[in-house]
Amino acid sequence: MYVELKHIHKNYGSYKASEDINIGIEKGKLAALLGPSGSGKTTILRMIAGLETPDSGDIIIDGKRVNDIPPAERGIGFVFQNYALFRYMTVYENLAFGLEIKKVPKKQIRERIMELMELTGLNGLEKRYPNQLSGGQRQRVAFARALAPNPSLLLLDEPFAAIDAKIRGELRKWLRDMIHKVGVTSIFVTHDQDEAVEAADEIIITNQGRIEQSGPPLQIYKSPGTPFVAEFIGESSKVEGYHQLKGFDKGKYKGAVIRPEFVESFKNDNLKFKDIIDYSEEGVIEDISFRGNCLEVKLRVGDILLTTHRSLERRPVEIGERMHVIVYRMYAYDDDRAYLLENKELIGKEMITF
Amino acid sequence: MKSNRKSGSQGIKWVLISVSVLFMAIMLVLPLVSVIVNSLSLGIPFYLKSLHTEYTLSALMVTLLAAVIAVLVNTFFGIVAAWLITKFSFKGKQTLAALIDIPFSISPVIAGLAFLMTFGRLGWANSYINQINQLFGVDIKIVFALPGVVLATIFVTFPFVSREIIPVLHAQGTDEEEAAALMGASGFYIFRKITFPHIKWALLYGVILCTARALGEFGAVNALSKARGKTFTLPLEIDALYLAGSSDSITAAFAVSSILVIMAVTVIVARNILEYQAGKKQGRYES
Ligand SMILES: Nc1ncnc2c1ncn2[C@@H]1O[C@H](COP(=O)(O)OP(=O)(O)OP(=O)(O)O)[C@@H](O)[C@H]1O
Ligand SMILES: [Mg+2]
Repeated sequence: MYVELKHIHKNYGSYKASEDINIGIEKGKLAALLGPSGSGKTTILRMIAGLETPDSGDIIIDGKRVNDIPPAERGIGFVFQNYALFRYMTVYENLAFGLEIKKVPKKQIRERIMELMELTGLNGLEKRYPNQLSGGQRQRVAFARALAPNPSLLLLDEPFAAIDAKIRGELRKWLRDMIHKVGVTSIFVTHDQDEAVEAADEIIITNQGRIEQSGPPLQIYKSPGTPFVAEFIGESSKVEGYHQLKGFDKGKYKGAVIRPEFVESFKNDNLKFKDIIDYSEEGVIEDISFRGNCLEVKLRVGDILLTTHRSLERRPVEIGERMHVIVYRMYAYDDDRAYLLENKELIGKEMITF
Repeated sequence: MKSNRKSGSQGIKWVLISVSVLFMAIMLVLPLVSVIVNSLSLGIPFYLKSLHTEYTLSALMVTLLAAVIAVLVNTFFGIVAAWLITKFSFKGKQTLAALIDIPFSISPVIAGLAFLMTFGRLGWANSYINQINQLFGVDIKIVFALPGVVLATIFVTFPFVSREIIPVLHAQGTDEEEAAALMGASGFYIFRKITFPHIKWALLYGVILCTARALGEFGAVNALSKARGKTFTLPLEIDALYLAGSSDSITAAFAVSSILVIMAVTVIVARNILEYQAGKKQGRYES
């Protein structure tokens, strides 16, 4: 593990901003701290950087305990949420700042900056001031500035928050490629799960000052470990009366969450589903909304409202229409864990899914 | 209808303009002009002569000395206090911020008397001063001496610099400083490269206000300065000339006053040039 946090506690007054935080990130990996607002993501990042001191616990970077090492000597590059570019300095001066403090010779500074400008596509902007740049360009400058002194760990606090939704996706890919190209171990904070799933090698989910779960995106998506994660990840909806659905038993669980992709709905005369039509139950369409690349359909099955996505290629449906509904699987949970439940009627059956 | 309403608001505009101009003329321009006119009423040679007296020259030197020291001291402590209040959090911060404003709300005469009671013959600090004097074989006096004048001037002008830069520092936040600190910059380097460019104009503005106030201070200094020709400042000298009552000395009082008027006008012009410059420059860095 390149970065490790062990049993970190941090209180602001009596408020527990971090409670027994344990994290490990491998060298060269891009990890995401994902969680709702106020869950303590920034606090964790600032403690790693040394801008905040934990009340107890160890922070280890590259095998060395850094709790008592000043921030500037931890070899960290930090991209602030609103970039914190030096507004009275040009792009060039911004990038040179860290190197000048390290007393790097002028010529080397120049070479390093040219290399970074090339890498981040900022060529020709070196004489501009931060307010003369677009949001995306500012982000690149912040990124280049953090990278300039060759940090061994890069920390980014909500690097895309201040950027238009439109170019966010593009920048996200750019950043991911860039970080892997440079090979620097990185941690970024986000509260957008798409961002985390798309960009990160490893996701760490925070909630109320605690770590709920960490692991690769697919693993977190496929096997959420706690009730919070099950509901937080994906477009999950909570279902209390899950055992009323065909193919599921009450068991020892408190409730369940069902994602749209776990639900199938089809018309009476759809031959593709004729093998499993016997295991379906009846649902009535209550609502249809257009989601850009699909329809979001809400179906009422008994007391339960289920959500599913319907491809635009399929036959049109309308509100009030009666459909066959099958739930393939769901995440049931008790007080502290989530469990994947398969529809027991379908186990061992051949199925076609869209 | 439309043109009616427009001419109506035009009318109001002209009424307001006339009222303000009249008010300014009566309250500000005429009195200042009359100072200049009166100062020249016995001719230019007399004007120059009254400026050349020993008393006036001494008062001018004392005034400038007090103003320069007050500005230097208050600039330094003003920056320190503003920096402390905006960039750190500690217990009693609100109280400190409120204390800085005291000279704004307290009458200068009271400030003068307070120094008198502290450093005067009956004051608690007097015995310490005597001890120091004996120990080092020196003869430091505070009240009725130059140090008292300087102290009083510092006191009344204390808040100007910090009050100007605190809002600017607040608005800037601490992110840029944190970013610089993370790269290993020292506190002073951060101040010089990041904070100072930001507060530059506000600081100059504060210094100018501080200077103007220091030049004109009367009440606090009056309580601590009794020796004409030694510790009198220009305002005290003017007062003394005027109270002497002869028509010559009254004209001399106006002549000396004209120095302060000229200084004040210079300060105002400087201030406006600065404001204009600052506005132009600021626009370049802030989006
Ligand atoms: N300096 C501070 N003093 C007191 N409380 C603080 C301080 N900094 C953070 N907190 C509190 O600690 C909690 C966690 O804050 P933190 O900034 O880490 O959240 P976050 O997950 O980054 O949230 P967001 O997504 O909104 O940025 C919040 O409830 C916040 O109010
Ligand atoms: Mg945050």
